[in-house]
Amino acid sequence: MAVGKITFTKTEREKLAEVLWLLNWISVVTGAILFGLGLFLKIEIQKWQEVMSEQGILYVPHMLITTGLAACGINYLGSKICLDCADTNKFLRWKLVMMPYIVCTFFFTACVLAGALMCYSIRSQLEEALYLGLRNTMRFYKDTDTPGRCYLKKTLDLLQIQFQCCGNTDYRDWFQIQWISSRYLDMTNSAVVDRVRSNVEGKYLMDSVPFSCCSTLSSRPCIQHNLSNPGAHAHYDEQSQQLNLWRRGCQQALLDHYTGTMQSIGLTVLLIWLFELLVLTGVRYLQTAMENVIRLGDPDSESEGWILENSLAETACYNFSIIKSLGKCYQVDDDPNINVPTAAADQEAPSAQVQVNVTS
Amino acid sequence: MPFLSLKFNLQKRVKLAQGLWMLYWLAVIVGIILFSLGIFFKIELRKRSEIMDNNESHLVPNLLILVGMLSCGLNAFGGKLCHDSLDPQKFSKMKPMLRPYMLLCCGFNALLLLLVLLCFLMQFAVYLTLAEGLKNAIRFYKDTDTPGRCFMKRTLDMTQIEFRCCGNNNFRDWFEVQWISNRYLDMSNDVVKDRVLSNVEGKYLMDSVPFSCCNPGSPRPCIQHHLTNNSAHYDYDHRTEELNIWNRGCRQAVFSYYSGIMNSIGALLIFTMVLEAGDMAGLKYLSTALETMADPENPECESEGWLLEKGFKETLADLLSKVKTFGRANQVEEGGASPDVAAT
Repeated sequence: MAVGKITFTKTEREKLAEVLWLLNWISVVTGAILFGLGLFLKIEIQKWQEVMSEQGILYVPHMLITTGLAACGINYLGSKICLDCADTNKFLRWKLVMMPYIVCTFFFTACVLAGALMCYSIRSQLEEALYLGLRNTMRFYKDTDTPGRCYLKKTLDLLQIQFQCCGNTDYRDWFQIQWISSRYLDMTNSAVVDRVRSNVEGKYLMDSVPFSCCSTLSSRPCIQHNLSNPGAHAHYDEQSQQLNLWRRGCQQALLDHYTGTMQSIGLTVLLIWLFELLVLTGVRYLQTAMENVIRLGDPDSESEGWILENSLAETACYNFSIIKSLGKCYQVDDDPNINVPTAAADQEAPSAQVQVNVTS
Repeated sequence: MPFLSLKFNLQKRVKLAQGLWMLYWLAVIVGIILFSLGIFFKIELRKRSEIMDNNESHLVPNLLILVGMLSCGLNAFGGKLCHDSLDPQKFSKMKPMLRPYMLLCCGFNALLLLLVLLCFLMQFAVYLTLAEGLKNAIRFYKDTDTPGRCFMKRTLDMTQIEFRCCGNNNFRDWFEVQWISNRYLDMSNDVVKDRVLSNVEGKYLMDSVPFSCCNPGSPRPCIQHHLTNNSAHYDYDHRTEELNIWNRGCRQAVFSYYSGIMNSIGALLIFTMVLEAGDMAGLKYLSTALETMADPENPECESEGWLLEKGFKETLADLLSKVKTFGRANQVEEGGASPDVAAT
């Protein structure tokens, strides 16, 4: 009982081949789009890679890039095959390649689906990477003279300006680290020395934030220092405090930015996957129809096409038994010419029954 | 003696028509590009009209949009002409339209030349508008509660951050204006009162700049206040400190951005002029080659095509005499009218 059986006349077969040729060319274009999306995502992640603690999430754009390139190649080959399939004679050229081609395309389509699902599942890994990365960047903000860290200040300032965010979760994260380098602190000043001695780790902590936290939407000039003491500033009421600095944390801002990008990319990849599935189904029908035509012998006759020759359960059993027999070839063989020692080997077997093939 | 004449057989005529058709469609694409550039330029001017006192001239982008649309229309018609020219029936229908079409194309080329000149000359106007507008923007920075000026602070901050500049000519422009509103000054404080009384106009002036002047690339946290006072900060010399705040003035920064856009538009317009001239020459050759066919029924015959029917100097002399006779026709009529008046 075949799955999805359809009967094709000669003209229907030729039309199917033409339509599939066109669809394969469109798939080459969608493969290029997939490649482009992967490249775009890679560039977006590498732009802010300094504030991420690990680059593990780069596997998503790499997956998209490889599947995009594979799509271009596989669908180009597919278009060539489908063009030849309209004619029974030319199909014979491709007869042996068709089945492996369809199996390859099936696995490749599964990879596209995996790529789409990866785009949606990345959030928790990204959250952790951003939290740790931002924490380290803020700690090394002052180290503009340490090789390997000299541009962290510029990166973090540009990040806070562009994404309109301040600190890791909140602007108060800046109160807990020393973000002014000791090079620029006057250690002879008693106020400075007091502040440094006032905490266990000897850090110069202040309730101030860098200039990049300042909000451009505020109606008054930015207040960066003495933030815990609103009374120190003239007419610094609740509303002014709300508008003065960016309220959002940079972890949240970056997370939203990347999840949004990846969700749109994931949606596009899902649509491409559906299209590839359609093309794969069409090529399978064409392959089975052409094989049946050759089996029947008459190129002009009607033939049947299907997705699976037997039902799903039977095909699964058949494939499973193939895999089992692959494993069995290394075990006991039923060839009577081979002397296989059995459990009753210590009993003398009548020599007449055992024929030993002496090969010269 | 025709000017720059060439011989054409059937193959050459067909090739000329096909090549010209492609050139015309290339010109249509260039027209679309000009149209979108005009819209882009208009949007860019609108985006920053606040720092130009809402006074900026939209002449160049408006003309560019018009030129883009005209170019699309004219060149699409030209492409259709080329496509139909190889069919004798259609060609004879189109022949009366050729001369007015060529005159229109000449006029269009003149318009393109005018626009190129405008692109290069209007940059002066943009520079002056920017200078005036930025001066006022800095003055009204503090007026976030005055209707019509409440977003000046936001616009100027975002401009200084985006274009990496500070002030009009340089950062010292901020020292000459009061950019902190009186609403946020504690007038009971003696220091504040002294500073306000220390100058004639009663303004609270400081040697400080807003936060948007800060350079993120500076190795030390930004110094915004007491910029000219070395002793106010540890290890700071304002004469040698280059990375702390942006050194460029916003007038120079924004002007070079607009100047770049206008120069690229001018270059594209010059390319369009050359393309249009090529199209016109090709069409003239094609039409004369088709008109001078000795035997219109036989498409295989040879023919001659030219740019001008007589030589260059003779055509010029013809044109001048035409203009003169046009002028004289009016005079003869006047002379004829006056005896009538004298008679009555």
